[in-house]
Amino acid sequence: MPDSSLSATPNLLQRTYEAGFVTDVESDILPPGLNEQTIHWISQKKNEPKWLLEWRLDAYRHWLEMDEPQWATVTFDAIDYQDISYFSAPRGDKPKSLDDVDPEILQTYNKLGIPLHEQELLAGVERPEGRPPVAVDAVFDSVSIGTTFRESLAEEGVIFCSFSEAVHEYPELVQKYLGRVVPKSDNFYAALNSAVFSDGSFVYIPKGVRCPMELSTYFRINSQNTGQFERTLIIADEGAYVSYLEGCTAPMRDENQLHAAVVELVALDDAEIKYSTVQNWYPGDEEGKGGIYNFVTKRGSCMGKRSRISWTQVETGSAITWKYPSVILRGDDSVGEFYSVALTNNHQQADTGTKMTHIGKNTKSTIISKGISAGKSSNVYRGLVRMNPGAKESRNFTQCDSLLIGENCAAHTYPYIEARRRDAVVEHEASTSKVSEDQLFLCQQRGIDGEKAVAMIVNGFCKDVFRQLPMEFAVEAAKLLEVSLEGSVG
Amino acid sequence: MTFLRIKDLVVKVEGRPVLNGLNLEVGRGEVHAIMGPNGAGKSTLANIIGGKPGYETVTGSVSLNGVELLDLSPVERAYKGVFLGFQYPIEIPGVSNMEFLHAAVNSLRKEAGQDEISTIDFMKKVRSVANGLQLGSEFLKRGVNEGFSGGEKKRNEIVQMLMLEPKLAVLDETDSGLDVDALRVVAEGVNQFRSEERAIVLITHYKRLLEYVQPDYVHVITDGVIVRSGDDTLATEIEERGFNWLAEA
Ligand SMILES: Nc1ncnc2c1ncn2[C@@H]1O[C@H](COP(=O)(O)OP(=O)(O)OP(=O)(O)O)[C@@H](O)[C@H]1O
Ligand SMILES: [Mg+2]
Repeated sequence: MPDSSLSATPNLLQRTYEAGFVTDVESDILPPGLNEQTIHWISQKKNEPKWLLEWRLDAYRHWLEMDEPQWATVTFDAIDYQDISYFSAPRGDKPKSLDDVDPEILQTYNKLGIPLHEQELLAGVERPEGRPPVAVDAVFDSVSIGTTFRESLAEEGVIFCSFSEAVHEYPELVQKYLGRVVPKSDNFYAALNSAVFSDGSFVYIPKGVRCPMELSTYFRINSQNTGQFERTLIIADEGAYVSYLEGCTAPMRDENQLHAAVVELVALDDAEIKYSTVQNWYPGDEEGKGGIYNFVTKRGSCMGKRSRISWTQVETGSAITWKYPSVILRGDDSVGEFYSVALTNNHQQADTGTKMTHIGKNTKSTIISKGISAGKSSNVYRGLVRMNPGAKESRNFTQCDSLLIGENCAAHTYPYIEARRRDAVVEHEASTSKVSEDQLFLCQQRGIDGEKAVAMIVNGFCKDVFRQLPMEFAVEAAKLLEVSLEGSVG
Repeated sequence: MTFLRIKDLVVKVEGRPVLNGLNLEVGRGEVHAIMGPNGAGKSTLANIIGGKPGYETVTGSVSLNGVELLDLSPVERAYKGVFLGFQYPIEIPGVSNMEFLHAAVNSLRKEAGQDEISTIDFMKKVRSVANGLQLGSEFLKRGVNEGFSGGEKKRNEIVQMLMLEPKLAVLDETDSGLDVDALRVVAEGVNQFRSEERAIVLITHYKRLLEYVQPDYVHVITDGVIVRSGDDTLATEIEERGFNWLAEA
C-alpha cells in the first residue's frame, strides 16, 4: 500500500521561495569594511547633524568592546564584520516622488504584491467597503525609496516618513526618543545597528489621534554582501492609536547575509501601538546553504499610564532568527502582548520569544507563542517575565505550544520567570504535539492532499495568533506557511 | 453489477492476522449492513477500504468499479468517491468545519475537472445540510469536532458525507452513542444519501439503525471472515441470540 505517512520521505525537502529574485539596478555600494571612517561616510552621505554622528561613533566604540551573545541555541560560522558592506543604495539622488523611482525597483515591489501606488491593493486583498487602505514605506537595501499616503496622513497630523527624513524634518522628536527604549549599548547587534544604521521608518501619532489607516514598511535586501541595518521609531502620543505592519524579503543567495535591525516603540498615557511583522527573509536552501541572519532588537516602552503595546509576529524566513520583541511596562495599568508564530523547516534555526518587564502597578502581559518545526530545523521559545518590586498586583499569562512535523526536528521552550512580589500572578501553559497521522488521514480521506492538509492543520494551530493580524497580513501569513511547509511531508 | 468487490482479503496488524480471507460484493444502489462481535475486524475492513496507513495487506484485492483501490493513496481513493465515516472521529483544533468542508469540496471538484463552488452556493448547502443533522450554524464555525460531544461528532460525519457526495460510503458505527432522536436524524441523512448510483456499507451493533435504514443484505463477521449473510431478519436473530450460535453452526 502506498505509504502516505509523515515520516516516510523526510529527505525530499524542497521549497519555493517566490521572493528570491534579484533586481538588476545600479547601486552605490560602500566597499566592505567597518571603521570610524565608514561611519563618517554614512553620516555624511545622509547629511546628518553632528549630534547624530557623535551618537553613532559612541555606539561604535561600545560595540568594539562587546561580544556576540552566546546564550542562544543557534550555531553558525563566525561572521567577519570586515567582510560586509554597510551601505548600498540605488544610484542617483533620492527620487522626489514615486514617479521618479527606477522602474526596475517599482517592478520589484509589484512582483512582491506591495502597492506603491495609492490605488493598489496590498497582497492583492480587496478590503471591505469603508475600510481605509494601507500606507507603505518601501526600504530598498539601505534607503527608503518612497512613502505613500503621506499627505492624507499629514492632514491628521500623523508623521510617517523615512528615518533619514525624520532626522532632518523632526530633529527634536528623533533626538528625544532615539535610543530611549533600546540604548545604543544594549547588546552587540543593537550597538552595531546604532553605529551604522541606514534607513527605516519613523512614525509619530499626535495626542488623541487614531491613525486613520494602517502603516507598513517593506524591507527588501537586494545587493550582495551587504548588511541591512534599519531603524524604526514609533511614538504614540497621549491617547493615540496606530497599527503598524512590517514585511521583509530578500533574493536567494548562497552567502549568508546579516540583518540587524532595531525597532523602538514609545507609548505615552492611554496610547496604543499594535506592531505586526510577517518575516519572510530568504531561509537558505534545503541543505542549509545561504539565508539571512536575522538578529533583531525590538522593544516597546509603555511609558504612559494605561498604555498598551502589542507585538504580533509571523516568522517563516531567515536561516537564523534571534529576536525577542519585548515590552517594558512602566506606566501603571499598562498592557503588553506578544503573539508569535515561528515556523522552521529544513535547516532553519529560530531562537525567539519575548521579555515582559513589569515595573508599574497593576500591569498585565500576555504571551502566546506557537512554534512549528519541520525538516531538520530547530525552534526555541525563550521568554522572560519579570515582576519588579514596584509592580503591585501585576499579572502575566503565557502559553507556549510547539508542533512537530516529522522526526528530525527539535523544539525547546525556556520560560524564565523572575517574580519579586508575592502578589504577582504568573500563569504558564505549555504543550508539544505532533501533526498526527490520524489528522492527516482524516484530511486525505476527505480529499485534501498531504501538503494542503499539513498547512491546514498548522494554520489551525496558529489561529489564535493570526486572529491578531490585520486582514491582509493574515491572508499572507496563511499563504506563507503553506509555501514554507512545502516538502515537509512525503 | 458489482461495484465494490473485496476478494480473499488477508490483513495483518502488528504482525497479527485480523482479516483472514474476507470476501464481499456490493452493487450500486445497495445497502449492506455488517455486524460482528468486538474485535472481529469490522473497523479494520473499513480502514483498509479507506487506505489508512499501518496495516499490512498480505493478499487479496479491494476494487471499486474495477479499479484496484489497494494501489491508490487515501486521497486518490477519496477522488474515486470513497468515504469513510469514522468510529472515533478526531479533532482538528483551529480548523473550522466550514473551511475544512470548503477545502474538501473544492479539492474533489477540482479533481473532477469542475469549477470551484461559489461561496454563496457552498454556504447555502452547508447550512441546510448541517441544519438537517440538527447542528446549528455555530457548529460550522467551530474547529473540526473540537469540543463536540460524542453524538455531535457522529452527526458531523454525516454532514461531511452529504457535502462530499461520495459514491461509496462506509459508515463505521455512526449509530453508536446516539440518543433516540439523533439516531433518527442520522438515519434520515443516510436515507437521503441512498440512491441508485451509490453503495453504502453500514457497520453497526444494533438492529435499531436497520429499522430506519432498510438494508438489502446483512453480513456477520467473526474472526476476520464473513460467516453468514442474509437479509434483515439476520439482524433480528443476532439481536436475540448473540453471535455464538453462528460459530457453533
Ligand atoms: N493498531 C493496532 N494494533 C494492534 N492491534 C490492533 C490494531 N488495530 C486493530 N487491532 C486489533 O485487530 C482486531 C480487530 O480490530 P477492529 O478494530 O477491526 O475490530 P472491530 O470489529 O471494529 O471491533 P469493535 O466492534 O470493537 O469496533 C482487534 O483484536 C484489535 O485489537
Ligand atoms: Mg470498530
